[in-house]
Amino acid sequence: MEIKDPLFEGKNIRLASINYEKDAEIESKWTHDPEYMRPLRPEPVRPLTPAQVKKKYEAIEKEEEETKSLYHFTIRLCEDDRLVGIVRLDWVDWANGNAHLTIAIGDPADQRQGYDAEALQLLMRYAFTELNLYRLSAVMVEFNEAGLDLFEKAGFVEEVRRRQAQNRDGRHWDVIHLGILRSEWEMQQRSVEI
Amino acid sequence: MNQDLFTGNLVRLTTLDIEQVSEAESRWSRDSEYWRLQAGETYRPYSVQATKKLYEKYVKEDDPTMFAFIIRTIDDDRMIGEVGLDGIHWNHGDCFVGIGIGEREFWGKGYGTDAMNVILRYAFTELNLWRVSLNVFEYNPRAIRSYEKAGFVHEGRVRAALNRAGRRWDIIYMGITCQEWQSLHS
Repeated sequence: MEIKDPLFEGKNIRLASINYEKDAEIESKWTHDPEYMRPLRPEPVRPLTPAQVKKKYEAIEKEEEETKSLYHFTIRLCEDDRLVGIVRLDWVDWANGNAHLTIAIGDPADQRQGYDAEALQLLMRYAFTELNLYRLSAVMVEFNEAGLDLFEKAGFVEEVRRRQAQNRDGRHWDVIHLGILRSEWEMQQRSVEI
Repeated sequence: MNQDLFTGNLVRLTTLDIEQVSEAESRWSRDSEYWRLQAGETYRPYSVQATKKLYEKYVKEDDPTMFAFIIRTIDDDRMIGEVGLDGIHWNHGDCFVGIGIGEREFWGKGYGTDAMNVILRYAFTELNLWRVSLNVFEYNPRAIRSYEKAGFVHEGRVRAALNRAGRRWDIIYMGITCQEWQSLHS
């Protein structure tokens, strides 16, 4: 990693800021899909209008500015700048060097293209070499098999399993906390270089 | 039907008397060991006024995802600590519990465990929650033992999540489901 290496550019996607006008319409569509919404938050799913999404953008940027503990990115295709997902770090704990990572690809047609894996790599590099965090956490419900697979492939390991902590579709599911230490990530990078 | 939902063997849970609790909490916050045993946030002492503001906000907002109580001894009505449920997700029946005994002379004598038993009974028989979660730092074995006694089961550890006193410590997660609680108390 050199200073001149671009931090936010991947092969197919890049990490970018929010585009209020264009993104709100698209993200509003995603919120109608429970498969997108449920893994993201424990709150009951409900669709949002573009106006509500725009309000959320304002809240996100306000929180980023005021707390310095949130880093929110959009995931966009390099070729045409189209919005395909979001990735963010919440609850950045500077004293202990920890943060929570969330990632989601909106349109089912954009899933299984490796966009999330690429975005995850970019965000991990950002977290470990720019924010200089010590570790990263991610929380996932056990029904989110694709999400668990994605994070495990990226080197996260299961650390906590809160049994039956979510109730959806009439059954209780475990909530799994995954984590990766900077030292583990660095080891991975070295083996990639060799 | 238990007529005395808020009373245990050693302690009872009462409402937040804002004046009194702000004074006590500010005093307790000067005890860095107490603070670091029960809070993950970076330690600093809090003024009575700052503490009061937090409590006033809590009371004013009447947040339906939080229930906080003062722990008092049954013997002489002394305020010795606090216990509360927060982050309640009503759709899942999940929540976290937090507890702190600020008065050191009451450490290690069963007061915390008793308060935990009372709030678990409240969580499972009045709020009808499905499970209660907590986390605790690995350098706090007294608390871990107390939670085990109350019926909490180990659910994992977030590795090296705290950096304190010059080294890294795990955060341990524990949980109890309503079935587990019922089978302990039937």
